Amino acid sequence: MTNFKMGRRALIAAVAAFGFAGPVAAGGHQVVDSIHFLIPGGAGGGWDGTARGTGEALTKSGLVGSASYENMSGGGGGKAIGYLIENADSNEGTLMVNSTPIVIRSLTGVFPQSFRDLTLVAGTIGDYAAMVVGKDSPINNMSDLIAAYDADPSATAIGGGSVPGGMDHLVAAMAMEAAGKDALDVKYIPYDAGGKAMAALLSGEIAALSTGLSEAIDLANAGEVKIIGITADARVPAAADAMTMKEQGIDMTFVNWRGFFGAPGLSAEKTAAYQEAIAKMYDTPEWEEVRARNGWVNIHNPGDDFKAFLEDQEKVIGDLMKKLGFL
Amino acid sequence: MLEGLLIGLQTAMSLQNLLMVIAGCLIGTFIGMLPGLGPMSIIAIMIPIAISMGDPSAALILLAGVYYGAIFGGSTSSILLNAPGVAGTVASSFDGYPMARQGKAGKALTIAAVASFAGGTIGALLLMIFAPMLSSVALLFHSAEYFALMVVGLSAIAAFAGTGQVAKAIVMTVLGLIMATVGEGALFNLPRFTAGIMDLQSGFGFITLAMAMFALPEALFLVLKPKVAGTADGEIKDLRITRSEARSIAPVIGRQSIQGFFIGVLPGAGATIASFLGYAVERNIAPKAEQEEFGKGSIKGLAAPETANNAACTGSFVPLLTLGIPGSGTTAILLGALIALNVSPGPRLMIDEPQIFWAVIMSMFIGNLVLLILNLPLIPYIAKVLSIPRNFLIPFILFFTLMGAYIGQNNATELLILVGFGVFATALKFADYPLAPLLIGFILGGMLENNFSRSMQLYDGVSFIWERPMTLGLLVIAAILILLPSYRARRAKARAQGVADGD
Repeated sequence: MTNFKMGRRALIAAVAAFGFAGPVAAGGHQVVDSIHFLIPGGAGGGWDGTARGTGEALTKSGLVGSASYENMSGGGGGKAIGYLIENADSNEGTLMVNSTPIVIRSLTGVFPQSFRDLTLVAGTIGDYAAMVVGKDSPINNMSDLIAAYDADPSATAIGGGSVPGGMDHLVAAMAMEAAGKDALDVKYIPYDAGGKAMAALLSGEIAALSTGLSEAIDLANAGEVKIIGITADARVPAAADAMTMKEQGIDMTFVNWRGFFGAPGLSAEKTAAYQEAIAKMYDTPEWEEVRARNGWVNIHNPGDDFKAFLEDQEKVIGDLMKKLGFL
Repeated sequence: MLEGLLIGLQTAMSLQNLLMVIAGCLIGTFIGMLPGLGPMSIIAIMIPIAISMGDPSAALILLAGVYYGAIFGGSTSSILLNAPGVAGTVASSFDGYPMARQGKAGKALTIAAVASFAGGTIGALLLMIFAPMLSSVALLFHSAEYFALMVVGLSAIAAFAGTGQVAKAIVMTVLGLIMATVGEGALFNLPRFTAGIMDLQSGFGFITLAMAMFALPEALFLVLKPKVAGTADGEIKDLRITRSEARSIAPVIGRQSIQGFFIGVLPGAGATIASFLGYAVERNIAPKAEQEEFGKGSIKGLAAPETANNAACTGSFVPLLTLGIPGSGTTAILLGALIALNVSPGPRLMIDEPQIFWAVIMSMFIGNLVLLILNLPLIPYIAKVLSIPRNFLIPFILFFTLMGAYIGQNNATELLILVGFGVFATALKFADYPLAPLLIGFILGGMLENNFSRSMQLYDGVSFIWERPMTLGLLVIAAILILLPSYRARRAKARAQGVADGD
């Protein structure tokens, strides 16, 4: 039986290590002692990667003494939000990671709370959206796509990796609306993961694919797809050939942001300390390494800027969802 | 190609890369044995280590080793504890666990090891020859064909026809399909059938359900009916496969390596469908006397899914390496690792960086060989788990079951769901309802619904069923797979009653 005891103990140790990784770095310029990251989804997802990557950069650069991580999945992120609000007093040291879906899901009522119920710390990174077509497609830009759509709306389906009413759908609908089409008539086909949507695009099942720009750039570099429009304000260096929607006369932009939230009623000095640590993080080589490894784009929106940005995004998305019949 | 092979062999045979293969296989096997930790989570844990090595060939070789090791280890817990940690090894427990209960655990593990080795090796051979051609075949499959393929996968329940439990098996399948509808649906992002419970928003977790259906009832059964359950434990006999057994499983392994590989090539089908389909097909073409054995400890019934799931894993590297399309969650994580290492998989990978492509293929051969050599001598020791007195084994099973359900999501509600369904499943087991069809229905249900609703949207109706010849063909095959065994069973019954039916 000794064997099994050992095995079990080793396992518990492994589980503990999995949950609380993070080196204790000594640094003269430490801003915050420790941060506990609350991740509203399981290990291995986008939120998980963002929290762990940010924590890694903050601790390795010495801006934060130590970091711990807790995965709390459930309710599309709602469980973690509810937990943070209910236990606000004991969560002074907690930062929750979240992204665009918090806006979409509180609009659709997946959970009753919204970003207004939390303390906004900062938006840290983001990714623009892109419209792509297969490399052999006759479509080369947005006007070609719209012409194909006008010729046969039913055969010009646009796919994406999110549910209808989710981010990829909204981006496609926004672009078609801005081009003067009725978003309600656009056939959107949902796939459960980006990879399957790509396979569908290359097999000709869908005419175009709405996806994240970093994913689109990887695919374009591999010679699989052509990027026909991106949702940034200006062209991005990583894909200098890809035209923006605005350049093509389609007046729309979209950023899928990721950022951090504190418990409601978090003290002003604590909030300021977190914001300072994050602001200083951008200049460290440790952050640059994490950022480059994950292909993230720095989009820094602290405090009130974050609030204004979220309110604007909520309005745009809310109006569109009303039109599409999701609200 | 010969030149490529040599480059690959040279890269894969370096001391560093050989160590990587061995390390990857070992880590994968041992973690994979724990129910609840599938290849996806293990690879996710290993990624930072692989990336920090900096050398893409070495990193990919390590991760690929972890991948087969985990699939291999996963079948061990299916066979010994009836606790499949991965959907791809559910079918292995259908016959593997009964074999273990009959004291043939060693033989079951040996068959699993040999079948996995053959599936993986033949798969790698096929990958080497067909990879460039196959990437275009994978793209012929639209959502309509995937829908039809899921229907063919569901025909695996026909395997229960011979046991006189057809009606019960169908009821359980439908129950599984119903359970798959809980959570956000494919067509609307609104929760369905969640009873307002937030934790059900994304549906039931596969691992939780697999533990609740297989492992937990097993433990509870041992407590509630100690005498019946206590008969089979003790000595491990029959470690070796006899010559005649080897002869009977050889064709199964041959067929399933090829079938499994080609199913694995399709993005989104993968090891799970390959293993169910392999099981169903082999049962249908087996001679009548052997058909009765399926589900009760048939060696063919174990060899088929074990070969197919390993061959399918190798097959899933075709779209990953040649198109840059991940067909499963695990290959998606591998793709992420590759991109982080500045390698862009796609049609140009073979031209731009042939050493990576060929090194991976060579490492598959080496990895499979390493797994076989590592595991064969270890089997008697691993199988000893079963010679532990049953009352010591019960807490052990309970611990790993509960931990497996909790570890992935860190969500305590999973434990309540696990125990609730576990009690429900135990009651069903007492009433002699087969639990496997429920899990098959649950696993395939989600994919079935998604692909069906996508096709409906694309074709504005169900016209895709007759407009796409491949869809129609697959649906006809499914119908034959379901109807043939029932027809045979009925004819056999009629003949037994002395009614002449003409032949």
